[in-house]
Amino acid sequence: MALNKDDVQNIAHLARLAIDEADIPAYAQNLSNILALVEQMSAVDTSGVAPMAHPLEMAQRLREDVVSEENLREHFQQHAPAVENGLYLVPKVIE
Amino acid sequence: MHTKTLAELSAGLAAGEFTSVELTEHFLARIRQHDGRLNSFITVTEEQALAQAREADARRAAAQAGPLTGIPIAHKDIFCTDGVRTSCASKMLDPFIAPYDATVVARFLQAGMVMLGKTNMDEFAMGSSNETSFYGPVKNPWDLACVPGGSSGGSAASVAARLTPAATGTDTGGSIRQPAALCGITGLKPTYGRVSRYGMIAFASSLDQAGPMAATAEDCALLLGAMAGFDERDSTCAEREVPDYHAALGGDLKGLRIGLPREYFGEGLDSQVAAAVETAIAEYKKLGAEVVAISLPNTHLAVPTYYVVAPAECSSNLSRMDGVRFGYRCENPKDLEDLYKRSRGEGFGSEVKRRIMVGAYALSSGYYDAYYLKAQKIRQLISQDFTEAFKQVDVIMGPTAPSAAFRLGEKKDDPVAMYLADIYTIAVNLAGLPGMSVPCGFADGLPVGLQLIGNYFDEARLLNVAHQYQLATDWHRRLPEGF
Repeated sequence: MALNKDDVQNIAHLARLAIDEADIPAYAQNLSNILALVEQMSAVDTSGVAPMAHPLEMAQRLREDVVSEENLREHFQQHAPAVENGLYLVPKVIE
Repeated sequence: MHTKTLAELSAGLAAGEFTSVELTEHFLARIRQHDGRLNSFITVTEEQALAQAREADARRAAAQAGPLTGIPIAHKDIFCTDGVRTSCASKMLDPFIAPYDATVVARFLQAGMVMLGKTNMDEFAMGSSNETSFYGPVKNPWDLACVPGGSSGGSAASVAARLTPAATGTDTGGSIRQPAALCGITGLKPTYGRVSRYGMIAFASSLDQAGPMAATAEDCALLLGAMAGFDERDSTCAEREVPDYHAALGGDLKGLRIGLPREYFGEGLDSQVAAAVETAIAEYKKLGAEVVAISLPNTHLAVPTYYVVAPAECSSNLSRMDGVRFGYRCENPKDLEDLYKRSRGEGFGSEVKRRIMVGAYALSSGYYDAYYLKAQKIRQLISQDFTEAFKQVDVIMGPTAPSAAFRLGEKKDDPVAMYLADIYTIAVNLAGLPGMSVPCGFADGLPVGLQLIGNYFDEARLLNVAHQYQLATDWHRRLPEGF
């Protein structure tokens, strides 16, 4: 499936990626080539095949609902671009 | 000292021939002297390394040393290292100082290993040539005009040039095995779930697995023993006992059944690579193994399937890089959406953006069944191919990569051509099986890797099969000139 400029802009928006206008044709071409590669899958009859989500047959472990980790908020927030009073700062969302 | 294997260095330390501080200083000096040409390290942690080496020597003096105590190692820059930049070779994480250690890093520290630094890689492990790194490409020590492979290219090149005796890597579609092959070293991707993924920055969570890269299978056995095992912090880590991989080396290969998949020897395989692999198989026959022709009929679907599954998982995993909690943030965002879009648009390189977009598209409304669900079904078929094969054989062998190292820039602008560099390695990740690459010859002066694929959790056998070959051959002893 070949993607056009609008498709690329729509996908970039879904992925929250700013893409330079000048780069869109190259993305359209490369993404179309990748989808053409992937297209080989459609020739395969997969009726009755169970999808494999994961390589190992395993169930999620359960544990008691108790506090197991200490609170390291300040330690982790040292690496944030902007914090104040323990909160992450972002541009004003509500006018 | 640098021409010794890790196992030999371990014996040397135990015999008091040299100290860990001397060993560490030697390798740090080699990095200073040679890495300008290779670019295999992003960060060298000289001070911490010497402090860890002094600690290791003290531990040995107190008779508390294990086989890995005092031996230097380099970690792929995808593993979080407490207090040390962990960039994943991306502008996005260039400012990121990890606030904790990955389980793999912590276990090597516990074993007394000395961290020399963090190795270069493809950005977020997405690439097969190490050319997508924000810090520039790594060069192949066998020919500086060639790529080292990827994504663990810095780990492979630094071990090949003996700037470190060992390194960690991660393998999502071939990222340990393919660079190991292209640089002439030994690398092991364990069974999915064998090694904890905690603190290893996620690319595709159902495929990612960490493993050792070193000169020999024996070295990899020592390293895997320290890395592997249950970790409650990774919900996909297997609750299984870890065998003593090093003790399991030995035992001849008489009666070993080796499967050769005809799909791995067809069109697209370089003739010199094919010849080197066939010579290696002949060596195995001399060692007493039997060769069985097998078929993995869905092999041709592995790359297409992978390029749905891996991008879909990556688009989800990389959504955490949003410019809010850590990492790169754009200048003067005008609103929250602008902050997200420009931080990500400016912070990620073009291959990462391509894969995020492919994944977002494959998962988007109306396309999910045709792409993601379809890929999961074919993944099942690919996995069943191996299940059938392992009813007849003990180990599968073939080439690791279709050619020896290619030239820098050769495939950089053609993503699909680059993806085909992993044509023989990707199916192993989709199935979750263990795989190795072992040096087995040269093509025009560049190393060739033999791939060994084992059944689930059969690493001990795989390592011994590689080890017996290395006892009979000396390809793993060859070193590039000029280092």
